[in-house]
Amino acid sequence: MTLLSIKNLKKYYFCGLFNKKEIRAVDGVDLEIKSGRTLGLVGNSGCGKTTVAKIILRLIEPTDGRIIFKEKDITKLRGRELKNLGQEMQIIFQNPETSLNPRMKIYDAILEPLRIHKLCSTDKEYEKILKLIEIVNLNQELLFRYPHELSGGQLQRVVIARILSLNPKFIVADEVTSMLDPLVQAQILNLMKDLQEKLGISYLFISHDMDVVEWMSDEIAVMDEGKIVDWK
Amino acid sequence: MKILNNEINILKEAGNNRMAAIGGAIVIMLTLIAILASLLSPHDPFEQKLENRLLNPCFEYPFGTDDLGRCIFSRLIFGTRYSLAIGVTVVGITALVGTSLGIVSGYSRGIIDEIIMRIVDIVLAFPGIILALVIAGILGPSFLNVVIALSLTHWPAYTRLVRGLTLTLREMDFIEGAKALRASNIYIMRRHILPNCINPIIVLATLDIAHAIIFATALSFLGLGIQPPTPEWGSMLKAGIPYFRISPHLTFFPGTAIMVTVLAFNFLGDGLRDMIDPKINENILVSE
Ligand SMILES: Nc1ncnc2c1ncn2[C@@H]1O[C@H](COP(=O)(O)OP(=O)(O)OP(=O)(O)O)[C@@H](O)[C@H]1O
Ligand SMILES: [Mg+2]
Repeated sequence: MTLLSIKNLKKYYFCGLFNKKEIRAVDGVDLEIKSGRTLGLVGNSGCGKTTVAKIILRLIEPTDGRIIFKEKDITKLRGRELKNLGQEMQIIFQNPETSLNPRMKIYDAILEPLRIHKLCSTDKEYEKILKLIEIVNLNQELLFRYPHELSGGQLQRVVIARILSLNPKFIVADEVTSMLDPLVQAQILNLMKDLQEKLGISYLFISHDMDVVEWMSDEIAVMDEGKIVDWK
Repeated sequence: MKILNNEINILKEAGNNRMAAIGGAIVIMLTLIAILASLLSPHDPFEQKLENRLLNPCFEYPFGTDDLGRCIFSRLIFGTRYSLAIGVTVVGITALVGTSLGIVSGYSRGIIDEIIMRIVDIVLAFPGIILALVIAGILGPSFLNVVIALSLTHWPAYTRLVRGLTLTLREMDFIEGAKALRASNIYIMRRHILPNCINPIIVLATLDIAHAIIFATALSFLGLGIQPPTPEWGSMLKAGIPYFRISPHLTFFPGTAIMVTVLAFNFLGDGLRDMIDPKINENILVSE
């Protein structure tokens, strides 16, 4: 069953003197992601992968095209409905060191999504956080530290834990392991696979490491200069 | 070579820390003096004894007396209150207003940013002291008007600093992450941007207290600030000028008080700047 599909997605940037120079970051992309499956997206640096991801998450507006999530057009969603969308789709970024507010303790960072969406009463927070860090296998001692006191792998687990608190159905993983060393990389990828099995999460897995993508994905789309050029 | 460099850095840091400690100690002392002024001063700062006018420093009057026979030591002690009060009030108001405008400006960009930054440019186009003089001249001399004049001229520094920081911060992944969580803009500004701007703001504010105190005394010196007989350092300095030749202590002591206070806040501010935890701010702090 299709969870998310994007149709003819385009994003053009205009820059230079008098906005004359047109950059086609994304130029007519169609993708389809099935429930509980992983779609890999590979391509050279600058081909538009992150732009696609941010458009799907509604972090930037597309120039043209449609995003359909659970059979509903979310391209123009606003207000309350857009806020609820946050509980269903989430994103993990490449660099775990900049993915968390350096002035917010791990404890608060993990609970932040629940607090924003008012999904957990204050007296249940501790119970909830213990469950979350157990799922991602994070030591309880780390909870009252600041992000700079954790390793990259630990931070990426924190990021995953906070997102999981919302029970998202769909997660975009934008080069999540490229900043980690191979051993930690394998741990994080295994964790993501486990979560998929247990919770039925779908991934859009972005990377330029073909080996990693092949290992993670059910289907692979190859992107170049804003277009999908190959399927595997 | 590397070791040498390290040692120099450590020495520099220790030196700066010592300056900051001295500055901090003086600031605390000044605060205590201001609070306990009535206990510490040997005489009533307003009491005129014309038979004692222009006395040199002696046992009864440690810093001598002025042209109306008032105790300069006691007047200086009470003057601490005015200088600190002006410095803290002005910096409190300007830091609050300037920071808010800076965050809104840098975060929203577009037309709001454009408008706020043009106002900043206009205010900065005039030399601060001239603008303050004009405003104080129009409003008339009083404590409140000094605060207003200085506040109106001091806020752009915060707006520029904070806007710059916000522009860097807003591109960072954790802000994008918060947006993906669908946090509101107000929430993002308050919980994510502001906490990451606080340290540089504190440094600027500390240095700015020194600045505000100089401006305030300058206004009083020019007769546009707090008026006699209030024992304010700037107006005491002014009152001492005619007697500069025969009784230099009338100007020497208020001048020294201003200098020591201003230097103390400057040392403290510089020291704080170096002490800001570099780890936490590595990616964020852009020094001016
Ligand atoms: N705000 C912007 N303004 C102008 N051009 C942009 C903007 N954002 C991205 N681009 C351009 O769009 C293109 C695609 O960028 P994108 O970040 O999506 O690439 P990417 O595939 O994620 O690359 P990488 O593998 O390095 O992360 C690049 O050429 C980039 O320069
Ligand atoms: Mg990218």
